[in-house]
Amino acid sequence: MRKMRKVAIYGKGGIGKSTTTQNTVAGLVEMGRKVMVVGCDPKADSTRLLLGGLAQKSVLDTLREEGEDVELENIRKAGYGGTWCVESGGPEPGVGCAGRGIITSINMLESLGAYEESEGLDYAFYDVLGDVVCGGFAMPIRDGKAEEIYIVCSGEMMAMYAANNISKGIMKFAQSGAVRLGGLICNSRNVDNEKEMIQEFAKKLGTQMIYFVPRDNDVQRAEINRKTVIEWKPEAKQADEYRGLAKAIDGNQFFVIPKPLAIEELEKLLMDYGLMS
Amino acid sequence: MPSPNNTDQPAWEPAKVKAEILKRYPAKVARKRAKQILINEALGNETPEISANVRTTPGIITMRGCTYAGCKGVIMGPTRDIVNLVHGPIGCSFYAWLTRRNQTDAGPDGANFMTYAFSTDMQDSDIIFGGEKKLTAAIQEAYDLFHPKSIAIFATCPVGLIGDDIHTVAKRMKEKFGDCNVYAFSCEGYKGVSQSAGHHIANNQVFRHIVGENDEVKPGRYKINLLGEYNIGGDGFEIDRIFKKCGITNIATFSGNSTYDQFASAHTADLNAVMCHRSINYVADMLETKYGIPWIKVNFIGALATAKSLSKIAQYFGDQELIDRVAQVIAEEMPEVEKALAEVHPRTEGKTAMLFVGGSRAHHYQELFAELGMKTISAGYEFAHRDDYEGRQVIPTLEVDADSRNIEEIHVEADPTRYQPRKTPEELKALTEAGYKFKHYDGLIPDMDQGSIVIDDLNQYEAERLVELMKPDLFCAGIKEKFSIQKLGVPMKQLHSYDSGGPYAGFVGAVNFYREIDRLVNSRVWSYMKAPWQQHPELSASYVWE
Repeated sequence: MRKMRKVAIYGKGGIGKSTTTQNTVAGLVEMGRKVMVVGCDPKADSTRLLLGGLAQKSVLDTLREEGEDVELENIRKAGYGGTWCVESGGPEPGVGCAGRGIITSINMLESLGAYEESEGLDYAFYDVLGDVVCGGFAMPIRDGKAEEIYIVCSGEMMAMYAANNISKGIMKFAQSGAVRLGGLICNSRNVDNEKEMIQEFAKKLGTQMIYFVPRDNDVQRAEINRKTVIEWKPEAKQADEYRGLAKAIDGNQFFVIPKPLAIEELEKLLMDYGLMS
Repeated sequence: MPSPNNTDQPAWEPAKVKAEILKRYPAKVARKRAKQILINEALGNETPEISANVRTTPGIITMRGCTYAGCKGVIMGPTRDIVNLVHGPIGCSFYAWLTRRNQTDAGPDGANFMTYAFSTDMQDSDIIFGGEKKLTAAIQEAYDLFHPKSIAIFATCPVGLIGDDIHTVAKRMKEKFGDCNVYAFSCEGYKGVSQSAGHHIANNQVFRHIVGENDEVKPGRYKINLLGEYNIGGDGFEIDRIFKKCGITNIATFSGNSTYDQFASAHTADLNAVMCHRSINYVADMLETKYGIPWIKVNFIGALATAKSLSKIAQYFGDQELIDRVAQVIAEEMPEVEKALAEVHPRTEGKTAMLFVGGSRAHHYQELFAELGMKTISAGYEFAHRDDYEGRQVIPTLEVDADSRNIEEIHVEADPTRYQPRKTPEELKALTEAGYKFKHYDGLIPDMDQGSIVIDDLNQYEAERLVELMKPDLFCAGIKEKFSIQKLGVPMKQLHSYDSGGPYAGFVGAVNFYREIDRLVNSRVWSYMKAPWQQHPELSASYVWE
């Protein structure tokens, strides 16, 4: 059996991390892979499409109600195609410390043996809240928890700016650990020259654009039905796109320590491509 | 030029000592520390300037405490009928519990919460989901169990990080109870340069939430408050004994063995006598501005200082009956003191001491050492500001920085109904012209000998170097320094907690101190303390594989 791959998905808030992650996971499941998805967001909405609704009780809620005496089965739920779905959860907005919550729940999963070889996992996916605002949200890239990072971005300036910042974080942790950048996933917003610009951006960061996901309203339609595109409409063109992305990740062997851009460099890139036509 | 008192010890020169200490530091740190290590020299009529109340360089093992320690431990800890509830993990409460040796007497009402450690005992889940609910429940529980007059809440570091709104919780509970004053202190440990920030936070809230709550006029002819006396080892008990004998009524002590009602009535006193200038001078200022009560600096450490301070209080009231009575009390108390001193003095005279403690103690205790004929060759404070070293005249020139701005300053105005000047302008003028000094403190530096070394925020490394270089007969600081200094073969006296001794204030305290210091500096035990490498400096060894 091959070693479990530990993947974390980062990116600007609202860019489509959770949607992309779950659709990609559905693609991996079709390929016969065993996957666990860990949502690292207090909103606890990272596994909705795989579970067919928001039915998951979060790790932290369980911990609060059951005390320390928690079983693995209390905090993970089987979703589409046998994926294991976990939501870290956290406090309501403006209260307590969500970052500490992420740390606690990942430690909990580890101590309960969710990552053990006997679980037969091929992948663990961490879907992390948009802004890495404190140490807690960097947890998945610290201590070798996630080893490959994919950043979801688009050709919009703030999305690229966020991707560059996340690269800085990866660079910092990569120097002392195994974490590497696996590539950028372009979740298209139909920006001018988007594909070329992100390819160039990826090149400058020292990585690759691993896949270009075109914009398609089927994604929204599937979401309304609380399903991934692959489950809701397997024959859709967009389903094939996610299968393509899953395949690219599954076969990816290009992992780097990113070289973040200086802000002037990033702005120049935007000017060059944004004003081309 | 200072000379060593024991002829068998090498001479030290202050400039060389300073250079020797600074030698080990990187250039930038040495530059900063150089401003905090001052050789006391005459500069015309001016007191030399020292750098104080600045952040300790990270990596230096400072003697300082945290803001929470200053607020909960020092100021509010000695109160006896206020439930002091710590919002945080249990360690912050446990290690601040009964460690300062501030004594209490439950009195006729029997209320004494000193022996309890109240804590919300925050857990991981309280950090994640916020601790306000747990705090609310803890306040309710304390109220149901004890029905105290007042509950004080203290923030620890994590509370500040997760942003629990302790003030709103306090307000809500106060309204709910109706008969219990609840208020909170944002005294997170990391908040200031030292514990001094915690003193400010505590005193500001006491002034805002408690002082003035009880207008009932207490009986007594000569009513004072004693500010900045924390009843370590029973100091406050001894001072109260003397006050009583003199016929002086102490309305409120801030805050040794104090009660809620004492604070609440403090505005009914007619004079504020300030002991620890650092921790509380701003409260004295606020009491004067709002209620018209003048303040003077006093010192009850040292028999002569005590006599002087009592006379100063009597002079303020200006009543011949009080003046005579105070003189009589001094005459009655002094023979015992003189008797003890006559016995001890020949053995202590000429010995040397170092004092690194507090924001006032390093100054006050020099009085006692002077009475013993001992010289203070080096001294400094942990958490003082420049005015405590150089005198109050520097206050307008103190630099406001990010750290001092962090601590709230209360703006106070004269109370519309209760402001009442205790002395007419003519009376004040007459007193001042007769040499009486209000609101006056010259600080530590002018009272120290030429060539002595004044050091702010001393640290572990410097303490050990100082002892090695200057070889004092006695070193005074706190528990953290106790054993490292004694390992150097020099007796060490704790002047925060008094080890297991005290009281050292007043007349009885002076006698206690004389005997204690005699015992320490004349003990022969230190001469038996030789480490193996001191007896056989050249150790030999061989590798195991040879």
